Amino acid sequence: MPKILFLRVTRESKPPSVPTVLATARTFTLDGISARPVRVEVDVHRGLPNFTIVGLPDAAVREARERVRAALVNCGFEFPLRRIVVNLAPASLRKAGPGMDLAIAAALLSASEQLQWEGLANAALVGELALDGSTRPVHGALAMAEVARESGAETIVLPAENGPEAALVEGIDVVPVEALGQLLGLADGDWSSPRPEPLPLLPSVSPGAPDLADLRGQPHLRHALEVAAAGGHSLMMVGPPGAGKSLAASRLPSILPPLAPSEALEVARIASACGRLGTGLPGGRPFRAPHHTISAAGLVGGGQAIRAGEVTHAHRGVLFLDELCEFRRDALEALRAPLESGEVAIARVGGQRSLPCRFMLVAAANPCPCGRGEADPDCSCSPYEVQRYQGKLSGALADRIDVLAAVRQPSAADIGGPPGESSAAVRERVCAARERQEHRLGAGRCNAEMTPAEARGCALSEGAALLLADLYARQRLSGRAHDRALRLAQTLTDLAGLSEIGDEQMAQALQMRRRDRG
Amino acid sequence: MVETGACVECLRRSWLLAALGPYVERVATGEVGLRSPELLRLSNEELVEATAPKVAEQLLARIAALSEERLNEELLLADCWACCCHGDLYPVALRDAPDAPWALIGRGSPSLLDGLQPYGAVTIVGARRATSYGREIARELGRELARAGLVVVSGMAFGIDGCAHRGALDGGRTIAVLGCGPDVAYPSSHRALWRQICDSGLVLSELPPGATPWKWTFPARNRIMAALAGMTIVVEAATRSGSLITMDLAADLGRDLGAVPGPVTSRASAGPNALLASGAQVVRDAQDVLDAMLGPGNRRIEQQRTPALGTDLQAVLAAIEAGESTCDAVAIVTGLSASSTAAALAKLELLGYLTCSTLGTYSRTLVPSTGKASL
Repeated sequence: MPKILFLRVTRESKPPSVPTVLATARTFTLDGISARPVRVEVDVHRGLPNFTIVGLPDAAVREARERVRAALVNCGFEFPLRRIVVNLAPASLRKAGPGMDLAIAAALLSASEQLQWEGLANAALVGELALDGSTRPVHGALAMAEVARESGAETIVLPAENGPEAALVEGIDVVPVEALGQLLGLADGDWSSPRPEPLPLLPSVSPGAPDLADLRGQPHLRHALEVAAAGGHSLMMVGPPGAGKSLAASRLPSILPPLAPSEALEVARIASACGRLGTGLPGGRPFRAPHHTISAAGLVGGGQAIRAGEVTHAHRGVLFLDELCEFRRDALEALRAPLESGEVAIARVGGQRSLPCRFMLVAAANPCPCGRGEADPDCSCSPYEVQRYQGKLSGALADRIDVLAAVRQPSAADIGGPPGESSAAVRERVCAARERQEHRLGAGRCNAEMTPAEARGCALSEGAALLLADLYARQRLSGRAHDRALRLAQTLTDLAGLSEIGDEQMAQALQMRRRDRG
Repeated sequence: MVETGACVECLRRSWLLAALGPYVERVATGEVGLRSPELLRLSNEELVEATAPKVAEQLLARIAALSEERLNEELLLADCWACCCHGDLYPVALRDAPDAPWALIGRGSPSLLDGLQPYGAVTIVGARRATSYGREIARELGRELARAGLVVVSGMAFGIDGCAHRGALDGGRTIAVLGCGPDVAYPSSHRALWRQICDSGLVLSELPPGATPWKWTFPARNRIMAALAGMTIVVEAATRSGSLITMDLAADLGRDLGAVPGPVTSRASAGPNALLASGAQVVRDAQDVLDAMLGPGNRRIEQQRTPALGTDLQAVLAAIEAGESTCDAVAIVTGLSASSTAAALAKLELLGYLTCSTLGTYSRTLVPSTGKASL
């Protein structure tokens, strides 16, 4: 039949009385670290053979056309030579990533009546397709499985590699598939796969991990680390290069209490969304040390398709900013609100997204631009340079730092001396102190998070109150600095296992607190 | 209440100087004969002729047209007052200077000038780019000298000046001499300090309210600072520094010179060390200043009763005095635990024996100050 005639016939034909959407399937797109449900609608009707995907797809989604076409043909299905329109609803949400291939293929098979699967309406499908029809793993399967359960799906079909992490979510059938063809068996009911074993919880400390015993001859720094870990306080270390600041920071996760199962799941969700989830749920706390050239968006997250920043990767763990003074000012400024609220709010046209970021901030800086420190006769910095550099330390982010530790170059005798106390021993004390805090403040909370009212409600001995009042009067402390000293003193008290803040603890807190400018 | 007020001729001189600001800027090059204090010795007509010959007549006519009521009203609006060399309030110390200002415009308490003798005031000068050592000494000197009853004079600049004022505000009376109108907080980041000095001290200038600073106004105000006090002390200054100009001016007037010694390797202490080599009085603490100004032993800094220190505190203090600065080092030297060292350092800081920098390093203070005996 000549083409022109074919067209005329189409035009003259009456609008069909049946709905033109022939098949739908459920899938998800990743938005930041959370999954959003997407409904795939496939319409196959007469017309010039064509395959269009609409509904704000990104490049990877649009390329699904070629992957789906090849996968269908290579699995022995027929690719309908008709006008195919795939709509990804809701149309206002941007869709990203190749994870919708499987759902598009299934809906297309269903629309062309090559797959008759009644369960399709109650199933969610996630997975990237290879050209030969086999499935490839996707990012964020854990979050997708959770959203699938919440949105009422009974089954989630996903690549075999993603099975174990999806199996962490209870109350939904997890069906791992290795190839597109297995959908047929699934539809006919003559093929099924056992529920995969959920990911195991990894031990919090793996053998050979960095240990605090490596830190030798720096009793004050060790003490500061312990206090910071015990109360969740942010820590700043100032000292010459090579004095052990980075070493100390990298040992911090090893003395923090192990992640609670619910916290481990939060960390796993973030790791999964970024494709960093390994062979088990992380038991230890994340440790992130971004380079100082990082942009504000890299640090707190951003981008048009929202990506989690370093603060979110450090959720429930430690964010270490080495060379604090070298960081870009806007990047540090961007850190302030997330530090305070424990989440990053990113506003985009489509609405506001928030990413979790409850982390411990650890910063390190040199005392002056050349790093030697003013007292060193070799220091080549002019007083003005030093003043400017230190101004950076006291400005911007310093407001959010609780503990300040001056670090000095350890002597040869210190380095050759006996190893320090091991992480395990310190962690035991830290855990005991955290338990007391949770008992007092509620589950999951630590002293650093005390509200001003809670901080002022701490039990103080007479001597401690006198010390604090004395300092308050003498140095015109701000209310914030006053509360900060109280929080620190409370942590020291928890570490010592006492019921009220004694003057010894208060004095220590006053020594360890960050100094204001001047 | 002290009687303030200046005769109209002297007030017009101030307004003339402000109007001449940009013209003098062009002429005053800092070479001998063309320094601003030397230019300011000239009479009105000579000064205008020397700096702004083209507009001389207009300027003089404009200034002569300023009525007394108008000038006093401007002073009142800026919350300022004035005194002149023909009045009683004008400091005796300035009368014998050949280049003394005709009128002084003040903001704050005029009682500070009332009966001010050269030996009732001390001037502290120093670099804007000061080290923490210099700043600490300036603060301590300011505090102790003010407590001993002297008026501490300085220039409210960054660094040493600001620290001297802050110390003095803590202990007693202070005068800031500015190179702009007394109602102008310059540098602007010292606005809070300026307000404090206005409230509890005195801000002086020879320029009228609203006058902006010029390069030449700083050496000019330095001559007032040098003349006001019986002794001028430089805390830190590089070899070519404005503070040394003040010292030269003070030496010309026959005032005592004092300098705070510093490490011979420190560039910031090169100025005072050079002055010491040429015979300036060594200033180690406030007592040295009092001895030099009032004769040895005539006035003693009252040593505060210092409470007996426990053995831990003594050991920690000794370690700091031996040159250690970090908590780590002190803990190792004394053999105390990290927590007891921290507590001891905090107590010593509260007692005033130590100060802690923003970097968390400790240094010994100049004089032990008050402390609660309960510690």
